[in-house]
Amino acid sequence: MEDAIHVESLTKRYRETLAVDDISFRVRRGETVGLLGGNGAGKTTTIAMLLALLVPTSGRITVLGQDMAKDRFAALAKMNFSSPYVALPQRLTVIQNLRVYGNLYSVPQLERRIRELADELDLHGLLDRPAGRLSAGQKTRVALAKSLINRPELLLLDEPTSSLDPDTGDMVRTWLEHYRAESGCTVLLASHNMAEVERLCSHVLMMKQGRIVDRGTPDELLARYNRVDLEEVFLDIARDRQAEIA
Amino acid sequence: MKPLRRIWGLMYRHLCVYRGSWPRLLDLAYWPVLQMTIWGFTSRYFAQRVGSDIAVTIGMLLGGVLLWETALRAHLGFATTFLEEVWSRNLGHIFISPLRPWEMLAGLMAMSVLRTACGVVPAAVLAALLYHFNILSVGPVLALFMLNLMVMGWWVALGCTSLILSQGGGAESLVWSMLAGLAPIAAVYYPVSAMPHWLQPVVLALPAAHVFEGLRAAVAHGVIRWDHLAWAAGLNVAWASAAVALFWSQFQAARRNGALMNIGE
Repeated sequence: MEDAIHVESLTKRYRETLAVDDISFRVRRGETVGLLGGNGAGKTTTIAMLLALLVPTSGRITVLGQDMAKDRFAALAKMNFSSPYVALPQRLTVIQNLRVYGNLYSVPQLERRIRELADELDLHGLLDRPAGRLSAGQKTRVALAKSLINRPELLLLDEPTSSLDPDTGDMVRTWLEHYRAESGCTVLLASHNMAEVERLCSHVLMMKQGRIVDRGTPDELLARYNRVDLEEVFLDIARDRQAEIA
Repeated sequence: MKPLRRIWGLMYRHLCVYRGSWPRLLDLAYWPVLQMTIWGFTSRYFAQRVGSDIAVTIGMLLGGVLLWETALRAHLGFATTFLEEVWSRNLGHIFISPLRPWEMLAGLMAMSVLRTACGVVPAAVLAALLYHFNILSVGPVLALFMLNLMVMGWWVALGCTSLILSQGGGAESLVWSMLAGLAPIAAVYYPVSAMPHWLQPVVLALPAAHVFEGLRAAVAHGVIRWDHLAWAAGLNVAWASAAVALFWSQFQAARRNGALMNIGE
């Protein structure tokens, strides 16, 4: 089976700043992969290039079999993105926002799809409220609904549970697990929440200063760094402590 | 069908903004009606003072007001619809969707047509009621005049949009002033011959000057100046091609420098 994401020698340079430095990775279809790294590690830049919002300086990105430099729109129709840092139009109600994006993605039977998402994400009480008047947790659920409106084959999530209380965060994680298992969707998850990554991700890419400095399953990383949780592995990498070579 | 659906998605997003805000709806008609009121009384007063044919004087001036408002509203309708996306920091969501850039431009033009109609129709009704000037009396050629002025409004707006992509929200003030700033050399209220000889080539490089020369010929003499219409159309094609090229280059630059991710201020 072809990869959902295939990145080869990807580099992004802004004048003197090297934001992403020659990274390569693959994400198999149906997998959930974590993209970890401190602030400025290059996670958001990488995601922006996967979404074709940003043109790489060099390298090649293939998403769902499409070369993003040649035919990004074929892939964009089958993927979606959610981030608490990218707000939806605030004056529009939730249902209006979902209709806008449903039309942009040409979703068939849109009203039915909106009702399904409202059922699954408990949005019925919010549909007629302006997006700008929702709490952080409600906004996250609405952003997730927007990102799932087109039943994406690939979902890119940038810190989906930051700013959420533990209860809502857990609800979102449980729902993501359920959705991924049910739909077979591929997920690339950028997060600072190591417990979340351990719970959701089958593979992890560790980024630092624009490079992928380590990768593997959570268990492989824990064993390699001789740690009990990914947070300690994250700190080892951030502070330049070396993995123990088996 | 899918392109039309995506264009409708963009339009629906902006129609929702208007549906929920009566001040925005009022604002669409406010300036055209205000301009019509001022110029209507002014033209009637001057026609009486100088003893010229009131109907022709009012026709020339109010026809000029209505048609210039068509260009201005088309320009603002296009550019401020784009600015709404900048203000709400929504460009990122739009450009990660399958909406093609040309579909976005089509959506902006469609919104511009609706906004222009909301502004110009009330002003035209006011001109008929208060000053007995019926813009439709110009004849079917009116549609060609309006189309040319709307296209001019769009390419000027596309130029402003390109600057916003390049310079961020700081270029916003240009949206409000760019086309209005061309009014003195667009021959809206006076003929090209009233301007200095050295300025006339510049004036005649604008499609609007040819439209208004054509309007004056239609109102004063009942003549359709196809030569002016042809010049207006040809110039619009040339200027619009340049504006599309500028937009495309700035859009690609924004994709290279990351401006689409954080444009907003």
